[in-house]
Amino acid sequence: MDVQAGDLSSSIWLTIPGRQTAVRDGLRALLDTLLLRSLPEDGRGTAEIVLSEALNNIVEHAYAHHDGEIEISLQLRHNELVCRISDTGLPMPGGQLPSGVLAPLGKLEDLPEGGFGWHLIRSLSKDLSYHREDGRNMLSFRLDTQQSPA
Amino acid sequence: MELVAEQRGEMIVVSALGDRIDAAGAIQFKDRMRELTQTPSPRVVLDMSRVAFLDSSGLGAVVAVMKALGPDRKLELSGLTATVQKVFRLTRMDSIFTIHDHLPDGLRQVG
Repeated sequence: MDVQAGDLSSSIWLTIPGRQTAVRDGLRALLDTLLLRSLPEDGRGTAEIVLSEALNNIVEHAYAHHDGEIEISLQLRHNELVCRISDTGLPMPGGQLPSGVLAPLGKLEDLPEGGFGWHLIRSLSKDLSYHREDGRNMLSFRLDTQQSPA
Repeated sequence: MELVAEQRGEMIVVSALGDRIDAAGAIQFKDRMRELTQTPSPRVVLDMSRVAFLDSSGLGAVVAVMKALGPDRKLELSGLTATVQKVFRLTRMDSIFTIHDHLPDGLRQVG
């Protein structure tokens, strides 16, 4: 596991291998930076949820068939955390982000066991955007660090 | 993810000792829960007071555990921390589970 973290008070850059255990270690490193430790508990929790879902999605789908790295950049601007995540994995199906609509909650045996990730990302982030650039997936969004929008 | 189970009357109380139920540990969590709930008991209470973080895979695992218990046994949750509570609320799963603020000590002797 090769984590390089830069921490210039209000900006963080981190590159991690696209694997589940690296995501867990990378999140721990991010959450432990001065920048994220300076956020209120609620904002920090929101950041952990959204970053975790975005990174695990890359590991499970974009890097489903090959290895690669994930680049993460976080910047604090006016009480908002501006997040940019890129990878060299497979593009999003149809070139678009999933809608993140929750399945209806009905009978016990029919309860969904997945499909929560994009719902959580969309519920907690603002200005979510995705595009492909030079063979890379580029995902960006902003997080309210003071009061979560949900 | 270390889990410790204790039989208390009609309940099995399972305490999650790790601080996260996430994509890297969800399958192991599910398997361990299945082993620990083999003993028939109408109620299974999962104490999550030490779990600071749960992601969508962890949530899926908790749902899978409840489904595996079948219609006659219930999975109840206890001691959800702030971030875990947020994940349950945003996915409306807080409407599916019985959620206790603390372990139901008053029910310790039931059964």
